[in-house]
Amino acid sequence: MFGKTALLSILLFLTGCSSSTTWGWYVINPMTNTGWINIKFLVQGMGSTILISLIAAGISILLGLAVALPGLSSRRGWRIFNRVYVEFVRSIPLLPMLFWVFYGLPLVFKSMGLNIPIDPFWGAIITLALSDSAFTAEIYRAGIQSIAKGQTEAAQTVGLNYIQTMRYVILPQAIRRILPPLANQFIYVVKMSAFASVIGMQELTRRANELVVTEYRPLEIYSLLIVEYLVLVLIISAGVRWLERRMGSDEQS
Amino acid sequence: MGKSAIEMVNVNKWFGDFHVLKDINLQVGSGERVVICGPSGSGKSTVVRCINRLEVHQKGTIRVDGIELTQDADAISAIRSEVGMVFQQFNLFPHLTVLENLTLGPIKARGLSKAQAREKAEHYLERVRIPEQADKYPGQLSGGQQQRVAIARSLCMEPKVLLFDEPTSALDPEMISEVLDVMIELADEGMTMVVVTHEMGFARKVADQMIFMDAGEIVEAAPPAEFFENPSSARCRKFLSQILHH
Ligand SMILES: Nc1ncnc2c1ncn2[C@@H]1O[C@H](COP(=O)(O)OP(=O)(O)OP(=O)(O)O)[C@@H](O)[C@H]1O
Ligand SMILES: [Mg+2]
Repeated sequence: MFGKTALLSILLFLTGCSSSTTWGWYVINPMTNTGWINIKFLVQGMGSTILISLIAAGISILLGLAVALPGLSSRRGWRIFNRVYVEFVRSIPLLPMLFWVFYGLPLVFKSMGLNIPIDPFWGAIITLALSDSAFTAEIYRAGIQSIAKGQTEAAQTVGLNYIQTMRYVILPQAIRRILPPLANQFIYVVKMSAFASVIGMQELTRRANELVVTEYRPLEIYSLLIVEYLVLVLIISAGVRWLERRMGSDEQS
Repeated sequence: MGKSAIEMVNVNKWFGDFHVLKDINLQVGSGERVVICGPSGSGKSTVVRCINRLEVHQKGTIRVDGIELTQDADAISAIRSEVGMVFQQFNLFPHLTVLENLTLGPIKARGLSKAQAREKAEHYLERVRIPEQADKYPGQLSGGQQQRVAIARSLCMEPKVLLFDEPTSALDPEMISEVLDVMIELADEGMTMVVVTHEMGFARKVADQMIFMDAGEIVEAAPPAEFFENPSSARCRKFLSQILHH
């Protein structure tokens, strides 16, 4: 099986780098039974990591737009709302925000007479989406601002209202400036999703932690964990570069 | 005189501390053509842009076709739907084809069907003499062609008034006349027009009223014959002698 041999050769390479006896690759040696079971256990966290990252990024893409648009308003009050949101959310470290959402938010709901439990899955998604939305909002704002003022004015003079102007004139042009940085931002979401492990979400990092506890082999297991993230991020980066090329090449004017 | 298409009474505007429009009074009758000229920075664009609320005036009243421009969003959209505008930089939508540029407003704002909008667009492309460019993108056209598309785009909204802000200033000299010819035709058909331009040949041909602005004021307002032969203010005489001798 190609996957197994490739993995084995990476491991052999890494062991070859060092003559020290502190390495114990057997815990994740795909050729042994327990090693293979361990690897499967670790890699199965991939699904959750990808899923929470995707859902969080999806929410953040919508939320970011909803935060960015007031920032482009001619009304000062709306712009202030945008600035306060972005500065506030951007300055909260992810971990405290995660604790607040997971442990605190249900209590807020309860005080309002609502019984909405928050499980690790949604706790992680809400936190990642909130935290990321400050960054996506800035990406939108920059992208939309780069479209000339004349475009908005021309749209107004042919009778389009605000939503139509955005939908048919501004966003289609801004999208090629927004999409590549937005996809790039997705890499951060994937990396930040590791924090979900501390509230018990069974994703890549959590599984590595659990295996370390039973196997006492942090070096090997965390090395594999890093490789897992590396592979994931490299795939996304390749996607971003492909997107950048496509966006750049069908420039109409 | 209820036939006033545009009525500006004591209009004042400031950009911060800068008093850009000072007591502007302007009456444009229905079917009338007004040409505005004046040195750079005198406020010509600002006057025109106040008429369709691209700029907000702070004092005085502006009425278009009897509707007063206020904060009221309905009044603003009512006025915008009667006033077309042609910009110096064309401001075509670069991501849409010529045809889509023309049909966007009629379909989305006027609620026309695609077929109706298309028919109208083809009609006006014919009028500005570029029917064959319908499926191209603006970036593939010459400046003169782009400006004619922009005029056609305005006409597709069937406006009662057309505003032009230096429509030929961004064009290469050999393309100016193709745009002016289209504008002269529109004038001949009785379109109400307010045109900011320094093309004095065009002004003589079509204007009913010439306006000279300087430092935010209307310094001179007269029919073209009087305006060109015998301007009353020294500033206007000086300006005219400068542009007519170049
Ligand atoms: N958005 C703005 N904010 C501040 N000042 C402005 C703004 N727009 C225009 N101005 C100033 O107002 C004055 C009048 O501008 P306007 O564009 O109306 O002049 P103009 O007569 O059209 O000049 P030009 O021939 O250069 O187009 C200028 O001094 C300009 O710098
Ligand atoms: Mg101007």
